[in-house]
Amino acid sequence: MAQRNVGIIARLSFREAARRRVLLGASVLSALFLAVYGAGLWFIHEDLSRSGQAANVAVAVAAYNLLQQLGLYATYLLSALLTVLVAVSSLAGEIESETLQSIAARPIRRWELLCGKWLGLAAVLSLYLGILAGGVLIVSRVITRYSLPHIARGLALMELDMLVILSVSLAVSTRLPALGGGVCVLGAFATGFLGGWMEQIGAGMGNSRTVAIGVVSSLIMPTEALWRRAAYEMRSVLADTLSQDSLFYRALSVPSTTMIVYGLLYALAAMVIAIRLFDRRDL
Amino acid sequence: MSPDLAIETIKLCKAYNHRPAVADLSLRVARGEVVGLLGPNGAGKSTVVKMLLGLVLPTSGEGTLLGHRLGDPETRRRIGFLPERFAFQPWLTARELLTLHADLGQVPRAVARRRIPELLAQVALAADADRPLRTYSKGMLQRAGLAQALVGAPELLLLDEPTSGLDPGGRLLVRNLIARLRAEGTTALINSHLLGEIESTCDRVILIREGIVVHEAKLGALTSEGCVVRIRASLRPGSSPEMWQGVYDELSPWCEQVQPDGDGMVLHGVRDEDLPAIHRYLSGRVDVYEVAARKPSLEDLFVRVIGTEAH
Repeated sequence: MAQRNVGIIARLSFREAARRRVLLGASVLSALFLAVYGAGLWFIHEDLSRSGQAANVAVAVAAYNLLQQLGLYATYLLSALLTVLVAVSSLAGEIESETLQSIAARPIRRWELLCGKWLGLAAVLSLYLGILAGGVLIVSRVITRYSLPHIARGLALMELDMLVILSVSLAVSTRLPALGGGVCVLGAFATGFLGGWMEQIGAGMGNSRTVAIGVVSSLIMPTEALWRRAAYEMRSVLADTLSQDSLFYRALSVPSTTMIVYGLLYALAAMVIAIRLFDRRDL
Repeated sequence: MSPDLAIETIKLCKAYNHRPAVADLSLRVARGEVVGLLGPNGAGKSTVVKMLLGLVLPTSGEGTLLGHRLGDPETRRRIGFLPERFAFQPWLTARELLTLHADLGQVPRAVARRRIPELLAQVALAADADRPLRTYSKGMLQRAGLAQALVGAPELLLLDEPTSGLDPGGRLLVRNLIARLRAEGTTALINSHLLGEIESTCDRVILIREGIVVHEAKLGALTSEGCVVRIRASLRPGSSPEMWQGVYDELSPWCEQVQPDGDGMVLHGVRDEDLPAIHRYLSGRVDVYEVAARKPSLEDLFVRVIGTEAH
């Protein structure tokens, strides 16, 4: 029966999220983003071809790898933002509007309701991430005939990243109103983001204290660390060697496999906390 | 805890930030009974219903619903609930809403396929069943909410302001629906501000104030509680206004309660045979313009027990 209830709520949440205006707005902006990305990539590719640099494999790979990673980084940021907005409005919004009352008054346990929401939202957000990342990769492949290495590993880590944000957003939404919850999760995301860059800069400068700040920030919110690991997986070793000076491109401080496991446990812990908090929440 | 009771609570309490919303509430509703829960704004009526369903966790106390502890998810399969502010997924149609709630209420698909069109017809939404709820008027939404509460053929109905937002036709529809359900043996607890609705649909009323049961009465027995007498009178020239208090005190043996009311007073619980004596007494003390006796209504009971604060 639990499985059935989770399924019903997952389908409802999927349909609900897919209809949200924020998703429609994000889809329109994503199409615009893909158009801008494709046009930019096309002009760069033309320039490289005209100047004959495209024939130099190392230069071409470095440029195309960097551009595709930039495209995926923008995808990651867009999907992270969308995940926060959709998740907090889905749970905290429905608590505030009292939409959950008639649902929770049915023979359904709170954890079933929450897990159903998680599944439904994860499905719709994964679809968005898949379409946008797929769009970046397809546009890149068509224009440059170059594909990132280990795409599946990279996308899997981006997916885990999104699930971490989703779980944290739901946990926060069990206690805070939609606006407050959104600000809270985005604040944590910004901490992870800043920490990730500090760690990268610190590693470049050989400053261990700055690296430590980055590591602690990643423990608070492991999203940026997971992205950096995804970027590391999809890097080109050849381009890596050629880009000694690029802080963005080169993974100077690579999050370990333990950080991936930590990310998984983090998402799981966030959901356990969400269930416990939601179970005690007055509706 | 008695198995014959549909609802039983013992000293149920709910406090928000140490401020009690419901205090020591002990309720007993027999199976098959239709009971109205009345009280002024903020009396804790909605909180009581939510605690019964497990939507709000009691701070202390205990209770049962259909013989099972409060908040038991399986028991909720046998309960229909209409929240005070029925909120919904606006993109669903009424038919989809009922299908969703039938699924959640574990109603077998074949039964739901038969019951949903019947319910839509009963709440006069058959013609609009496939329109999104966002296009509905407030009254239509309330009727869709009521159908939602009934989709599981519940043994116990918890209706929080079921007629709010309804026009007279809609109110009549709900009244008839409740009457039919009562005839079929469904138990119902109804919160409503509309005392006329409660009077015409309930067997019994429970009045609560600040989360405490302050009065219970069978509606059929209201008339045996004596008359309500409205008296219009004024003091004679030269009389001190303090004299009114003396009049109230001297009238009290003939009635249960004296309430000053504008240019006179209202006496509650007056026996028919005492009316001439009251009239004679008043005529000797003040100038009497009108004495009107009538059988008590629920509103009289409400005003007598709760007072005249807004409700």
